Parts: sequence; C-alpha cells; structure tokens
Amino acid sequence: MFAPRLYWRLFESLNLAFWPLQLGIVLAGVAWLGWVWRDGVRPGRTAARAGLAALALGWVLTAWAFLWQRLAPIHWLAGDIAPLFLLQATALLALALHGAVQGQRDRLRRAAGLALLLWALLLHPLLAGLAGRPWVQAEFTGLASDPTAIATLGLLLQLRGPRWPMRALWIVPLAWCLLSAATLWTMGSAQGWVLCAALLLAGWAGRRG
Amino acid sequence: MPTPASAFTRRRILGYAAAGLALPWLGAAAGAQADAPLTRRIPSSGEVLPVVGLGSWITFNVGVDEAARAACVEVVRAFFAAGGRMIDSSPMYGSSQPTIGFALARLGRPAALFSAEKVWIGDAARGPAQMEASRAYWGVARFDLMQVHNLLSWQQHLPRLFEMKAAGQLRYVGITTSEGRRHADIEQVMRTQPIDFVQLSYNLLDREAEQRLLPLAQERGIGVIVNRPFREGALLQQLSRHRLPGWAAEIDCAYWAQVALKFVVSHPAVTCAIPATSQVAHLRQNMAAARGRMPDAALRSRMARDLAAL
Repeated sequence: MFAPRLYWRLFESLNLAFWPLQLGIVLAGVAWLGWVWRDGVRPGRTAARAGLAALALGWVLTAWAFLWQRLAPIHWLAGDIAPLFLLQATALLALALHGAVQGQRDRLRRAAGLALLLWALLLHPLLAGLAGRPWVQAEFTGLASDPTAIATLGLLLQLRGPRWPMRALWIVPLAWCLLSAATLWTMGSAQGWVLCAALLLAGWAGRRG
Repeated sequence: MPTPASAFTRRRILGYAAAGLALPWLGAAAGAQADAPLTRRIPSSGEVLPVVGLGSWITFNVGVDEAARAACVEVVRAFFAAGGRMIDSSPMYGSSQPTIGFALARLGRPAALFSAEKVWIGDAARGPAQMEASRAYWGVARFDLMQVHNLLSWQQHLPRLFEMKAAGQLRYVGITTSEGRRHADIEQVMRTQPIDFVQLSYNLLDREAEQRLLPLAQERGIGVIVNRPFREGALLQQLSRHRLPGWAAEIDCAYWAQVALKFVVSHPAVTCAIPATSQVAHLRQNMAAARGRMPDAALRSRMARDLAAL
C-alpha cells in the first residue's frame, strides 16, 4: 500500500505535466453534449462515433500517463492493468470505426448516462477541492482513471449498438470502478462511495436495455 | 566504496558489543546512558543491534515523487545519525526498495546499515531472481538478513536461504508474519528450522505473541523483529486523544510513540522493533525510545492494563 497523500499527489504531477489539456477536455466534453442536444437530445451516429473515439484516446492517455508512469511504481497491480486499459481503448476505437452505433431510445437510460457524463466531466474534478486537497490534484476525464471509467459508463448508457461488443465494453470500466473503490476505502477516503454510486446507477440503468 | 558487509569491521562489532554489555537487560529506572541506544544481541551470533530499527511499509513507497523521495532520504539520514542500523523492506512494498537504495546512495552507503529483506514469491524457482533484483535496488553487496515473507512457500525458500548463508551470500535467515496470522505455522518453523530471526506483530494491544512465540524464541535462541508496533499508526491515533499517564515520565517518555515502543522493546525476547515513518520528527521520537529508562516487568503489566482500559 501507499500513503494517501502520495496517491493524491499523482494527480498533481499529472495535471502539471498536461496543463492546459484539462481545459480542452472539459470544453470538448461540453461541446459534445451540446452537439447531442442539437441532434435531438440523443446522440446521432456521428456524435456517437466521435464520443467513442474521444474516450478511446482518453483510455490510452490514462493507461500511459497515469497507470503506467505514475501509479505503477507504488501500486503493484497498476502495471498489469494498463494493458487492459489499452484493450478498452482499442475496443472503443473499433466500435467508433465500425459505425453501427446510434443514440439510445430509452429515456431513463439516456438520462442516467447524461448524469454520469456530467459528473465525470464537471463535478468529479471538484472533489479534490471539496475534500480539502489542493485544486491542482483534481481528477479529469481522459487523464485520471476514475472519471474516465465513469464517463465511459455514461457514454455506453447513451448508445445502442451491436449487443456483445457493447456489453464487452462495460467490463473494464466496471472492474476498475470496483478496484478503485476498494483502494479508496482502504486509504480511508470517502471518495470510494462516488464510484460505488456510479456503479449502482450504471448497473440499474444498464439493465433497462 | 566500502560495502556494508566489508565495512562491518571488528572494531565496529566490538563497539556494538561493548554497548550491549554496558546496557544489558534493564529494569525500571536502571539508569541507561542518555546518549547510547539500548542494544540487544542477536542470539545466534552475539552481534548487537540497536533495539529500534526502521520499517518501510507504506512510508517509503513513494514512486517517482521527488519531494517524497527527498523526505525519505532525510528520514534515513536522521535514522543513522541517531544510531540506527536495521532497515527492513520487502518486494511487496512497492517502490520502497528503490527508495531505500536512493537514500543509501545519497548518504554514501552508511557502514552501520543492517539490511533486512524478504523473499516474497510463490514460485520458489523465481526466488533467486527476486532477491537479486532486491539487492540491486538497495545497492548492497549482500543482505545481512533475508526473511521468507509471510511464510510464502517457506518449505521451498528456506533450504535455499540456508545454502546462501553457508556460502556467505547473506548473514542471517528468518521468517515473517504480521497481524497475528499463522502463528501455529510460525511456531512449527521455529521448532524445526535453524532460523536466526522471526518477525511478527506485537504491540500494546496485540499481545498474542507473548503466549508462545516470544518464550519459544528465547528458548530456541531466535532473534525477534517486531513489526506494526503502532498498528500502522492506528494505535497512536487512538492514544493521541488521551494525556500521557504519570508513569510515562518514569521511563523517560514524552510521546505516546515512545510509550508504545518501550513496551515492545523492553520484552526480553525482542531484538529490534521496526516502526515506519516518513517524518524526521517522528523518526527522532521513535529513536529516542531506545534511550533512557525502560519499564520493568511490573510496569509493563501496568502499561498494558492501563492502555487496555483507555
């Protein structure tokens, strides 16, 4: 195990290394949601493919910059998990290129997906400051693994597509949320409950379709 | 550059032995020298060790965080400055091994180092490679002590460790457990194997080891290294809500950490306790527990009774 302050400082190092990419990520995410709104509340085919491709890039960045470069030296599982993140990125990209995806018809499922996306993009980065940690330790989608996993669950809830490939895409983000929640609880951080809530919401909404 | 092994000169051994003779098993208010840490003999060799060492679980797993690594260097510097010798680590402790190696290199490889490592791998065939990787991380010529971590594949690892000891590739062999697990297995190994050390958890609240393992260690001439003397900090957090009892002054304790450590190291079977810290101030508090008066048997009983009642 590692000291909690060390864990949170990983995000500080990550943010300093990639600044101001975080601003770009948040703006791109909000722009994507605006695009979906303009398409008629649910993602059109192009918006869906763009969302999948953007998240694929996020999983690659997270695998390399967070898991491999920063977390692996202090967490002996992280190095083994990084390839799974790359596999997830490949699968997201494959689905984006395949193109057989479109917006979800079920309104509740779509709403749950939107809530998770909004949380991951806009609210999750605020947790550091709200918990009394420096703002520079904020976790951003596409760089930090927790909001990236939550955003992915949100996007998958927004979409429908080929049954088994879509289902397979749930495995890595769900597993990561479980592992990360356990890690956070072991560290004594209440932030594990955020991942637990995301899992419950995604699980409940996911069963509707 | 002298290696820890080669730099461990006869003069140094005699020096530590003299300190050990000057400060044998102490009663309360025994009037220990203020500037010399209490030492204990390693039963199998007679070599003396200061009773407070340095653990590295969690605290030294700092990865590539430069500020945290620099802080660890200062902790190790203060440890040696206070007369410390034993530093303990494991492949299980993340980046603790490279952090220790970094600190030792920065400090010019202190000759006083007593390096305690562990082999922690289920596939015993891969044990030598793991130990070699650990040695490279530390930057030492050989380890002083190699322990089988948490008894993992001990039946396979121990014969190899005994061979390495016979070949001069390490100086002592041991086994470890923590949090009170597998005491029956530990007892079996202590009864049947010629180990030099056993490492176990023992503190003011976790005293199961007093029943069988500590007396057995004395009977069999096995050194005892104590991990989790503060229950990973939880004990001190719990105690921090209370004022120090009056008897703390009788054993020269100004902090709860010193009370907890003096209780542990004053058990006659204990060779060395290995509290971990990432702060120099805490390290100095811990090292001060190896100095001054120690509790006698009566005060130890009272300490345990009073602390249990808090």
